[in-house]
Amino acid sequence: MILSNIETVPGKQITRFFGVVSGSTVRAKHIGKDIMAGFKNIVGGELKAYTELIAEAREDAVGRMVREAESLGANAVVNIRFSTSSVAQGAAELFAYGTAVTVE
Amino acid sequence: MDPQVELGVRLGIPLALLVLAYFTGAAVERRHYASIRKCELRWRGLPAITLRTVPPSWKVTECTLITGSVVISVDYFKRFLAGLRAIVGGRVKVYESLLDRARREALMRLKQQAVEGGYHAIVNVRLETCRMANARNSESIAGLEVLAFGTGVKLLNAP
Repeated sequence: MILSNIETVPGKQITRFFGVVSGSTVRAKHIGKDIMAGFKNIVGGELKAYTELIAEAREDAVGRMVREAESLGANAVVNIRFSTSSVAQGAAELFAYGTAVTVE
Repeated sequence: MDPQVELGVRLGIPLALLVLAYFTGAAVERRHYASIRKCELRWRGLPAITLRTVPPSWKVTECTLITGSVVISVDYFKRFLAGLRAIVGGRVKVYESLLDRARREALMRLKQQAVEGGYHAIVNVRLETCRMANARNSESIAGLEVLAFGTGVKLLNAP
């Protein structure tokens, strides 16, 4: 599966469009991580646990999008976008979407 | 509890936190900037462009989506300063430096991923910022997330 966030796959021709494919995941934070983050909120700096959690969740969202594209018979997803939103206290939604296409 | 002791505790704890945060926050920021500068120098040769198309002279052999992200938090002292600033208005410098650090760090991680994957350049680089609310108090900032993403390309005629 070829992924890109530009309108085409460079060096290849798009032969078929399958429409929008998307993947999302809603994650809640671990209470222990929250306590650690509370400490970091005093001294400042990177919240490594959150960085990892979000990166992992985003990979999951991309994976779901890729599976949807595969089920349609596409071999690439172009123009991929991401969005993140805090849906509720302590939970965030990671969302990835793009256009499934066949390239040659 | 003795009212005087209670007053001392109520004022003393935030004050101690402010002093602690003032020193640790400044040290953390200084160290972070030093590491950012080092990384920027190391990945200087890798072009990362925000154009939506690949320049016509580039012969692309392979491409994929790459991302880099960071969640960063501001310290207690700076949050206190920002609170004061909100009363009189104007530039909130403490948050400006926080966002600057987060964006540059995310870009560095994006570039690092590109280098590790053997990509020669990154096109259509985009930056997104998201505020993460704290579970216990949604008003306070738990962290800011910056995501940098783009399309890594491998080139026949690598620059």
